[in-house]
Amino acid sequence: MGYVAIKGGADAINGAERAMEILRTAEGEQGEPLTLSAIEHQLRLLTSRVVSEGGLYHPKLAALAIKQAQGDTLEAAFALRAYRSTKPRLLETPPQDTRKMRLIRRISSAFKDIPGGQMLGPTFDYALRLMRLDLATERPEDFRKIAGSFLARSPNAPVADSFPKVVDTLRAEGLLPPLHSRQCDPFDVTREPLVFPVPRSAALATMARAETGSLLAIAYSSMRGYGDIHPTIAELRVGYLPIELPHPVTGEMTEAGEVLVTECEVVAMYEADSAGKRPTFTLGYGACFGHNEVKAISMAILDRSLQKGMADGPANPSEDPEFVLLHVDGVDAMGFASHYKMPHYVTFQSDMDRLRTTQKAHDQALEPSPHQTERAAQ
Amino acid sequence: MNSSYELPLDEADYNFGFLDEYAKREIRRAILKSICIPGYQTPYASREMPMGRGFGTGGLQLTLSLAGPDDVLKVIDQGSDDSVNAVNLRQFVSLTCPGLTTTTHTSDATIIQSRHRIPEQPLNESQVLVLQVPYPDALVVVEPSEARRKAMHGEGDYSRLLTKLYEDIVKFREITISHRYPTRINGHYVIDPSPIPRYDVPQLNQSPALTLFGAGREKKIYAVPPYTNATPLAFDDVPFRTEDFHDDRGERIACARCGSTRSFLDELPLADGSKRWQCSDTDYCDQQLQLKSGTLTGARQ
Amino acid sequence: MKKILEVRGLTKIYGSGCPRCISATGPAHDTNVCPHCGTVVAAHDVAFDLHEGEILGIMGESGSGKSTVVKTLFFDDKPSSGSARFHDGEQVQELFDLNPAEQRWLRNHKFGMVYQNPNLGLNFNVSAGGNIAERLLMNDLRHYGDIRDRARQLLARTEVLSNRMDESPKRFSGGMQQRVQIAKALATRPPLLFLDEVTTGLDLSVQARILDLILEIQQELNTAMIVVTHDLGVIRLLAGRTLVMKYGRVIEAGLTDQILEDPQHAYTQRLVASAL
Repeated sequence: MGYVAIKGGADAINGAERAMEILRTAEGEQGEPLTLSAIEHQLRLLTSRVVSEGGLYHPKLAALAIKQAQGDTLEAAFALRAYRSTKPRLLETPPQDTRKMRLIRRISSAFKDIPGGQMLGPTFDYALRLMRLDLATERPEDFRKIAGSFLARSPNAPVADSFPKVVDTLRAEGLLPPLHSRQCDPFDVTREPLVFPVPRSAALATMARAETGSLLAIAYSSMRGYGDIHPTIAELRVGYLPIELPHPVTGEMTEAGEVLVTECEVVAMYEADSAGKRPTFTLGYGACFGHNEVKAISMAILDRSLQKGMADGPANPSEDPEFVLLHVDGVDAMGFASHYKMPHYVTFQSDMDRLRTTQKAHDQALEPSPHQTERAAQ
Repeated sequence: MNSSYELPLDEADYNFGFLDEYAKREIRRAILKSICIPGYQTPYASREMPMGRGFGTGGLQLTLSLAGPDDVLKVIDQGSDDSVNAVNLRQFVSLTCPGLTTTTHTSDATIIQSRHRIPEQPLNESQVLVLQVPYPDALVVVEPSEARRKAMHGEGDYSRLLTKLYEDIVKFREITISHRYPTRINGHYVIDPSPIPRYDVPQLNQSPALTLFGAGREKKIYAVPPYTNATPLAFDDVPFRTEDFHDDRGERIACARCGSTRSFLDELPLADGSKRWQCSDTDYCDQQLQLKSGTLTGARQ
Repeated sequence: MKKILEVRGLTKIYGSGCPRCISATGPAHDTNVCPHCGTVVAAHDVAFDLHEGEILGIMGESGSGKSTVVKTLFFDDKPSSGSARFHDGEQVQELFDLNPAEQRWLRNHKFGMVYQNPNLGLNFNVSAGGNIAERLLMNDLRHYGDIRDRARQLLARTEVLSNRMDESPKRFSGGMQQRVQIAKALATRPPLLFLDEVTTGLDLSVQARILDLILEIQQELNTAMIVVTHDLGVIRLLAGRTLVMKYGRVIEAGLTDQILEDPQHAYTQRLVASAL
């Protein structure tokens, strides 16, 4: 009989695990296990994505997550999130001042020159996307040579510890609205569910953990014309942000370490104010852990479009808080996409029952009456 | 990136029930609120679990926040204790809740976590049924905005959902909702009872056991408390109907394994084009076999 | 005749408002936008009574505030101030003091609305019959056969072919869509019906038949109606009494015949003259 009992679930799961393991190590004897350090440094942008989407700044753990997930960013971010679930929250981080960032890169597309100067820093922006075949046979000596020549050519002039912000200049001139003092505590998306309408800080927190590609896709729809906000990058900065926490004994703010972050501020077109207030530019803000410029820019654009939607009602998907915030989380989305692979025998049985019953009702209604059959026969 | 981040020393040292105590307490509060307002979807800050969203993380968080070392847990998926997802979840709970025992027998369990089925054997007052929920809101088929759905629930406005049933009958002469059948709890809130078949919906009505629903991805918990009315939406003259297991001659199809004619059946297509029918609830099927053979042990194949 | 609705001091402004908004707007200033703060005074101090079975016309051009009045009464919009008392049998309801659930109950059970744009009044994703069913289902009718019979009767009464009741009204002509809207509004036999520019944009012959239908319904069911329009012809045909509005204010009120024969306000005089 061709019947197979649905049994042996435990064996199957163990087998799947072994199969994944053998593929991970399939290089065989010549293969060298990836070190966490190699992942963290040589795949630094991948590590960046994972710490930001995982919502936990721990580059080493992220590297481990990447290794065990065999390079899948969604899976790796997922592992970090699950790890985070097991840890009690001991402290709330107070808002940090990004003016204090130790920058490695900083640009503005709004002005040719800015106080403190433009600093191109590490970027692929002007790189030629040609295959670098020499990397295929790279050896450790090459690493040392690159480091040596980089140090030899470094300028002697020290880089300033911190830089003024472009938006502060615009604010001083009255082109941006003045900063108003904090009105409410930041919304913690890891402790509170989103119940709409949500405050802007909830939107920012959700987007800071969002999947890069999802944010980009929705932001891109806005850029292309589904609700263009006409953004200009006032400032994009990448660098190390010192984290200050209240000292456990004295309560004084004390630097506890630093995290690599990418921050983007876009200035968007002004709008007529019905209340008769002086028109100003508007601001969109994006920031995330790690070095991930596309994510920070997308987030800034969406922050601006969501503010518009929150104020006037959404006219486009990118302006709809529910639409954007409930669909950009990579862990949620990939989990649900994967769940379709699970058995759905029972629900499919119900579906078949409904269709068969409906088909029967349909056929009965179409069945010609005896009178009609008679006439057709003649 | 920064050299100062070191790996944790001991990763195996998880809290009882995996979640930290604050998280479990929050979930228990949400459970209490859900019991107080039958059918109301209580929002909670769902935690990420080490399995995929959609694999039962909502149900799992409920189970983990309820389970103690003296609990007896049964986990089923599609009615079966041995399907891959059930095995996976059961192993995880055993791993993180030392002392807790697991069972496949419905009658022995204190907590039953299930996906897509309610056990055939009626539950009792000392049992809690935890159902895994992919879509917590029955109104989602007629209203995509959660903010508007919340207002509709608050006002008990289900006319658009009923209009969908009306339209179904107009188009197909039948209500075409197969599972996730909208069910009114205690005369007010209409719930999505999770993707259980219609066959299982009547089990929710006046059940002696507490039924809890957990949607991890959608971050909602709701409940049908013990001895509460659960009424599937229908018309006076077009009643709610469960799955039909009668053959062409109008005879009730029996399970090919245990012979029961009173259970929800899985349909299995065979290579020769014919079909075999078998109980979806494996524990029930085993019990029937044991009753038949007069033994109480060792009947599992 | 019994009073069904008393409206007093109904005011709706859009904007922050300032102490000079009211004195700086209105027909005398030729604007409803406050020059000091930019606030729009959409309607100010509107007052009228409506009796059972009576048709009251509210006439004005766009921006006069006529639709605003109806929108606040049907709870589509919140008024800034004012009161509206609805007499429901022995009960008197202060409309603007009710909570959203009570307001929705009144909308479903006691009021009906026909919008100029059928998109607002109809759900194009369900059939014409389904649209009527929805309203009956709001009223706790739970018998499929009864609901269908009632929907068929209502559509027949408003001259929609009953063999099209299972089609989406999306495919209907503009006049037919308005008939479905009227049938839907009437489904619960509400004592009060709001009609907002219901014939605007329709062919003249279609307009005439819809207006006839409205009159017949009023006579059959004794439904009180508030008819909002910019069309003097509609007012002449339907309304027993009329308010004329301009820049958010009522500038003339009285029996329709009187207003048409002997308009007092210069604006009304121009309107009547141009229509002749």
